[in-house]
Amino acid sequence: MTKIKSLDDLRQKKQQLEQSMDIREKSDHPENLVQIKVAMATCGIASGARTVMNALVEKIKKENIPAVVTQTGCMGYCYAEPTVEVTKPGFDPVVFSYVDVKKAEEIIDKYILNNELLDGILPPNYQTI
Amino acid sequence: MNDLALHLLDIIQNSLSAGATVITVSIEENPRNNFLAMSVKDNGCGMNEEQLQKLSDPFFTSRTTRRVGLGVPLLRQTAEQSGGNLKVVSEPGKGTCLTARFQYDHLDRPPLGDMANAMVLMISANPGVDFAYRYSYNEKSYEITTRELKDVLDGVPLNDLYIMEMIEEMIRENQNDLKVCQIE
Repeated sequence: MTKIKSLDDLRQKKQQLEQSMDIREKSDHPENLVQIKVAMATCGIASGARTVMNALVEKIKKENIPAVVTQTGCMGYCYAEPTVEVTKPGFDPVVFSYVDVKKAEEIIDKYILNNELLDGILPPNYQTI
Repeated sequence: MNDLALHLLDIIQNSLSAGATVITVSIEENPRNNFLAMSVKDNGCGMNEEQLQKLSDPFFTSRTTRRVGLGVPLLRQTAEQSGGNLKVVSEPGKGTCLTARFQYDHLDRPPLGDMANAMVLMISANPGVDFAYRYSYNEKSYEITTRELKDVLDGVPLNDLYIMEMIEEMIRENQNDLKVCQIE
């Protein structure tokens, strides 16, 4: 397969993708998506947040899960980094601590897909503004 | 921090915390003149003289969630131990420009790391922010902006997983081409 090197290549590839998938549909209904936030301040990055974020992106793509992965700053849980906040539609946010690649996959397999909680959930003592 | 791409993620986070809506990242890899420079320029709230002086103090932070701010001190330490330096120019209400410079062939200089991946993570995680990315290798350079990408994508979100993969591939391929065409 040819590699994407220019904006024209990107445009063509995007058009092919649009014909075969629902990428535009998903963006029209963000409230139906699982929101995954990876804490990426100094503490998170130094503890491996980027690897975790890449693993989450790979896994939700592989499982075709309607989710969006974003980042956030330090929530004050530096001791427990990398931390990941997951908000499923209609549910309160849950913050998972000490997340590595294995745990990132467990979060998706167990919590997101099967509503099963995991060890290491942090108390919700912060407010989202 | 194992590589400079991780430092970059960290410094961009500061710009985002400062409320920046436009962030310009520039990586200048110049083995011919033996230096590597990384700069992040934003239009955030900026810093006053007092904040600038305290910037390299690890026990100074503007955040309230914790009492340390290690991002800039760590980058300064890395730059200085690699025969380089760190400079920050800032003006309240206008923005900040941070530039870290490294001696290219210094043994203690961390590897550049995966800049394409770092940029895509930042772009996709902050779709409301306009990013510009410029990578240069010796005299040749490659530039991409999120405004161009949004025009091409025509409403398809930057944080779509397949789109993220495509953008990362495009940045990586162009960076590699710049290096390959200048092998001496």
